[in-house]
Order: sequence, then C-alpha cells, then structure tokens
Amino acid sequence: MLRRVYLPLALFAVLVGCRTERKVDVATRDGILLLGNGGEPRALDPHLVSAVGDANILRALFEGLVTNHPSDDTIHEPGVAERWESNPEATEWTFYLRRDARWSNGDPVTAHDFVYAFSRILDPGMASPYATMLYFLKNGEAYNSGKLKDFGGVGAKAVGDYELHCSLAYPAPYFPDVVKHTSWLPVHQATIEKFGAKTAPFTDWQKPGNLVSNGAFQLESWRINASVKVVRNPYYWDAKNVSLRGINFYAIDNVFTEEAAFRNGLIHYTYSVPQNLIPRYRDSHDPRLRSETYAGVYFFRCNVTRAPTDNADFRRALAYAIDQQVIVDYVTMGGQVPAFAFTPPSEAGYQPPSVIAYDPDKAREYLKKAGYEKGSDVPEFAIIINTSEAHQSIAVAIQDMWKKTLGITKVKIENQEWKVFQQTVQDLNYSVSRAGWIADYVDPTTFLNMWVTGDSNNETGWSNATYDGLIRESAQLADPAARYAKLREAEAVLLDELPVLPVYWYTRVYLLSPDVQGWDPLLLDNHPYKHIRLESVGR
Amino acid sequence: MDTARYIASRLGQSLIALFCIIAVTFFLVRLAPGGPFLDEKKIPEHLLENMNRAYGLDKPLPIQFVRYFGNLLRGDLGPSTGNKGYSVNEVIAQGLPVSLGIGFVGLAVALALGIPIGVFAAANRNTWIDHGLMALALLGICLPTFVIAPLLADLLAIRLGWFDVALWEGSNAWLLGAITLGLFYAAYIARLTRASMLDVLNQDFIRTARAKGVSFLGVLFHHAFRGGIGPVVSFLGPALAGLISGAFVIETIFGLPGLGQHFIKAATNRDYLLINGTVTVFAVLILFMNFVVDLVQAWLDPRVRARG
Repeated sequence: MLRRVYLPLALFAVLVGCRTERKVDVATRDGILLLGNGGEPRALDPHLVSAVGDANILRALFEGLVTNHPSDDTIHEPGVAERWESNPEATEWTFYLRRDARWSNGDPVTAHDFVYAFSRILDPGMASPYATMLYFLKNGEAYNSGKLKDFGGVGAKAVGDYELHCSLAYPAPYFPDVVKHTSWLPVHQATIEKFGAKTAPFTDWQKPGNLVSNGAFQLESWRINASVKVVRNPYYWDAKNVSLRGINFYAIDNVFTEEAAFRNGLIHYTYSVPQNLIPRYRDSHDPRLRSETYAGVYFFRCNVTRAPTDNADFRRALAYAIDQQVIVDYVTMGGQVPAFAFTPPSEAGYQPPSVIAYDPDKAREYLKKAGYEKGSDVPEFAIIINTSEAHQSIAVAIQDMWKKTLGITKVKIENQEWKVFQQTVQDLNYSVSRAGWIADYVDPTTFLNMWVTGDSNNETGWSNATYDGLIRESAQLADPAARYAKLREAEAVLLDELPVLPVYWYTRVYLLSPDVQGWDPLLLDNHPYKHIRLESVGR
Repeated sequence: MDTARYIASRLGQSLIALFCIIAVTFFLVRLAPGGPFLDEKKIPEHLLENMNRAYGLDKPLPIQFVRYFGNLLRGDLGPSTGNKGYSVNEVIAQGLPVSLGIGFVGLAVALALGIPIGVFAAANRNTWIDHGLMALALLGICLPTFVIAPLLADLLAIRLGWFDVALWEGSNAWLLGAITLGLFYAAYIARLTRASMLDVLNQDFIRTARAKGVSFLGVLFHHAFRGGIGPVVSFLGPALAGLISGAFVIETIFGLPGLGQHFIKAATNRDYLLINGTVTVFAVLILFMNFVVDLVQAWLDPRVRARG
C-alpha cells in the first residue's frame, strides 16, 4: 500500500528535481547577454562581411568614429571621434579622435588605423562587398576600380595621430551617419599583417586569440554553426560604463528552433519570429513580442526591358491592384506598414510623396491604357522569388489580387534558390522579381541612389534622365530641407514610372526577454551593446 | 582466392569508387547555376574577378581539378568561400566530431531499444504485445524525424525540462537529437531482430533443447539469440554511416554544429570546395563501413569470400 503512494511521489520529485535553473536566468545574473543571431556569420573581418547578423557581432567588437545612440537614431554618439566638424558645403570633414581609445591589446587607436582600414576595404585586391560605401570619399571609386593606383589620392588623411581628415566626392551633410556603418570600422594593421598580406581574404587574423579589436568587447571564442562569444574589453576607453560582462551570439538558422530556444529559456533574444507564430504571441498580449519600425522596404522589381513590364501603364496597373493592407494584415502579420512610396518616412525629416495605394478602378484604367481590353489578354509572365515560405505566400496573395482586380490569369510564380535568384535578377532574366532593401544609414539616398542609370543595384534596366538629374542636383545641396525637397521630386518620378512596385515597409519582429534593459526601438536596429543592462525582473 | 587478395581487391574497388565520387562531385557542382560570390549587394565585375583569382576559381576547370586533387592527396581541402577565413579542413574538423557523437549515441539508443523489443516481441509472437510493439515500430519507421523531433522537443525539453531544445556548448540538445535519430533505427532493428529470432525459434534444434528440459528463457538467450542477431550485425555498418551522414535534419532542428548542416548549406551557398570536402568525408565513411561489413561477412561465411 505504502509503495503505491510513495513510488509515484518519488518519481514526481525526480522529475521536478530535473528542472534546474534556466540558462537565461543564470546568464542574467552573470551579465552575459544571449542573442539568437540568425545564421552563421560569414566572417568577423569588417571588410569581408555584408549580412546583418555579421554586423551585429562587429558592433560589439569594434567601434567606429561615430556610434549609435541607444534610443534615438538622429543623435550621433561620439565613438573613437570625440567631436567632428565640416565645412558649410559638407564636403570636408575633420574628426578629432579621443586620446584614450585603445585596442584590445593596449595599443592606442589612431587616425592611421582608420586610414589603413579605408585603404584596405577600398583595395581592389580585397574585393570587399561593401567597398562601395566608401565611394563617399573623393577618388574612393577610382582607387577601388583600379584606375587610381596610389591611395594618397583618396580623400582620407591622418593629420598627426589624432586628427582624421575626409574629403568627400560630393556633399553629404549626413556623413556622421554614414561612418556609423561597419564598413568604416578601423582595423589593427599589425595583427592583420602578422597573419598574412593586407588583402589576403582567408588568413587567421580574425580568429579567437588573434583578433585585436577596439570596441567594448573582444572575441573569446568562435565555433562554426554554434556561437561567437565576446567578453568585455578591459582596454576600452569607456569600459567603466559597460554593464554586460559578455555576449553570446548563437547561430540558429531555423526560425522555429530559435523560437523554441527562447521559450525553453536558452536565449534572451530571437533574431526573428516565424510568421505563423506571431498571432499566438499577439493574441495573448505577450510583452516579449516586439514589433518595431525598421528602415526597409519590401518590393517587386519590374524588368522594364521586356514585355509586358516594359509598359509603364501596365506597371501602374500592377501597382494599384496590390491591396497592401491585406498583405500586412493577413499574410505577414508582423505590424508592417503599407508602402505608399519607396523610401520609408524617417524621423530624420524626409517625407516621401504619397502616391501608391490600392485603387482597383485606377488599376483597371491603366490596364486599358496599356492596351489590354481585358486581363486575360496579358501575355504570360512570372514572379520570381527566392525560395522561402514567407515570399511564397506574399507572391501568391499578389498573384490572386492581380487576377481578381485586373483579370490577369497568366501569372506564374517561380522560386529559385538564393544564388540562382541573384544571378537571374542581375542578368535581367525576369519580368517581376521580389526584393527587399534595408537602409545602410539614415538618409533617403540609401534608398534612392540605387535607381540611377547603371547603378549596380538597379537591376531593372530602368533609366530616366530626369531622375538622374534630380539625384545629381540633390547631391550638390548641403541644406537638408532643400535636399529633401529635391529627393522628393526624384522619388515622385520613380513612383510615376514604377520600375518597382512597393509592397510594405518593414518592421523588426522579435522576442525579447524582459530581463534585457536599454534595448529600445531603433530604425536601423543597430543596438549599441555598451548601454544594455541585464536585470532579473522575475517571471 | 585467399584473404589478402580479397582484401586488396575490395580496397581497390573502394578507392576507384572514391575517386569517381570526388571527380563527379567536383564537376557537377560547377554545372549548377549561380556562384559563390553572388549576393544581394552586387559586386562589380572587376572585384568579382579579383575574388575568383584569390580563391583560384579563375583557372580552367580541368586545371582546378588537378590542383584540387593534388592538394587533396596532401590532406588540404582548400578554403571555404562561405565561411571566410576558415579552411574546409577546419570546418570539417569542427563538424565531424559532433556528427560522430550523434551517430554513435544514436546507434547505442537504436540497439538498446531495438534488440530487446525485437526479442520480446518474438518471445510473445502473435499476442497483443507482439502486435502492439510491431505497430509501434512501424510507426517509428514511417514517421519522419522532422515530425518526431519537434514533438519530442516539446514534450521532453519544453514541458518536462529534461533537455535543452537547441545550442551546442553547455547544452544537452545533442543527446535529444541522438535519441530522436536512434528511434528510427531502433524501430528498424526491432523488426529485423524479431523476424530473425522467429526464424531461429522455429528450427529443430530449439525444439530439441526445449524437449531436453531447458527453460524457455534459457533457450531464448543461449540458443536463439546468437543465431538471431546475425542480420542485425551486418546492418550495423550501413546504419552507422546513415546515422552519421543522415543527421542534417536533426542538426537543423536542434541547432547542432555537425557536418550535416555544412553539407546542405555549402550546396546552397555554392561553397564549392566545402561541398567537395563534405562529400569526400561522407564517401570515405560509407565506403569504409561497407568495406568493414564485407570483411566481417567474408570472415563469417567463406562462400562470400569465394564469390569475391
């Protein structure tokens, strides 16, 4: 009799005993931030990376001239540069470096380190994917393309150890924003050259034990497809204000696994949330679900060099027949915003013209103007997407809208894996293709410059002399209001011609533990880790 | 044919097969559209050329192959374009132990569960116990791991807290992954064991032993088991190779840094040398297992050797 009672009880005790403290609770106590970071970083060399997840790690390891403010995108936080100034035309910039900035091996961070870094990323031998960001510098493009052999001709000079002078190719009043980008980070020359040539793409300098960095944290370990761990850098000039003892970046590719890891108490933050789990969090008003404005746009490219998308009226018909609200409410479900223009409205002051909206009558009118009596006359064309459930469901919704509103019956959806998709788009071997664009810095030019004739990211075949002229003129204006007005004009041309069909503006949707303090919404989602604290707030 | 010659001929066949696999993989991956350096940000043409030169991809394919094969013989698998700064050797050195660990533990689980269940079912043949266990085993074979894995993760990790659902360092998610993987093979081994045990139990010498007064359990373990386990032993080689190379679903679901993930990612990233490297490692593994099984079978049964 006794055994019947005690055996289940004992078993139960064993089971409960197995429930040890959750990993996040231990980490919160120890001051270690545990972040889901999407997939495996492609590199930790600031001159070889391009993905968002890579940049998230670099921001912990390195510090640029100017850094991100923890809660306000319009404020430029001094980084290695204590202060900076420019001429009224915003073409000549001088950064005054702080004297107490140190590399993680104790060496001082000097203006020469920046010049070295700029010369390395721009070196044609480096073949850096983000070298184009430094085309802001005078002759940056010429040096990068090999036309200019001597880096001395490029607009970046160290004046003594603590003064950095930048001459720009054109006025950029928003230049402090630009230099926040990871492509402008300094690198430690002695370390790089200890492990190989300046531009050798696969040396050991970026590995644990070798990497020397100047940010709030230094590299502790890196295991492929598992994690990158960083710990506080004792030499960091502002180390006393760094609250975290370390950060673990976990490479979890599978979004469902990442969400489960969060529920399981293994990580403080997820890189994303699977689309079909968003309503569950939302309906229960779970405060851990965060959905914040993110400076990015989801859109379709139209190939203007081939029928039927070579006809502007036809493209207009397609654009006005997309019910954006339905897509954000019922397909993406992450609080995204219907895009009435291409560039998202920004806190920095730019307001794009409001042009695109779902308007079935207007859409049908344009279809007639394009020469199609009814939608079924439109020749067959395809929407190309890169393989992903999310893109598939959006494409299916839009395919259906075009069918219902315009009667276009012959639209196919073709999915291709990422690398093939890139090739197809770059070769203009498509009619309509899905695309997304995230801002590199907070200024409308990061969205508008790419539509200039021949820009490598244009990829639609679209070319418009008026547009090119307006963008060129805007680049000569230092006054923000006048410049924005000019860019607005340019965007109006883009939205009239519609080589692109805007769908929605991004939101960042993720899960965040309430233990994480100081993680506020930011347009570019570039959170400066040194301001983040961990406090156990209980469950 | 004597044993030494048999081994030599088997080894020769394996090496030829290995060379063919390496060569076919090398040229086949280049036929796939796309390339390793294509990405959202388009890279200017001249930079692309530099990149191809840096990774030795600018030379004609046959020259690249000769160079690759020469390096391979020296044990150098070349650089990975998807994991910049890492060589394929380093990537495999990190991933293979994880895969081996999952594979061996999975095999242990499969044997520890499969054999007793098979023997027990055979001992209770045609009772509800037998039918129930075999139905369960059939379910185990039919349900793919990507269905079982999330269910087990939800039950054993999130609800009961015995395991972690993901991560590698300081986490036991790999154990849950190995168990999940082992379940499929356990189901297979259970059916295999049952069938061969029944085969043996129906034979005359068993009846003789029972007639002499040996207890049923005694017969089961002393007489039937030895004969009945043979087919399971010869299944072990392919099973282990399958467990090690077939773990990519498990690795993805539990976020484990094994070789299976590289196998898939390298293909989508067009990380040519990493594709070649992982295929080579898996090929060596599978050929080796088959080689060992061949030898064991030849040792057990001279007729195999004679056919060699």
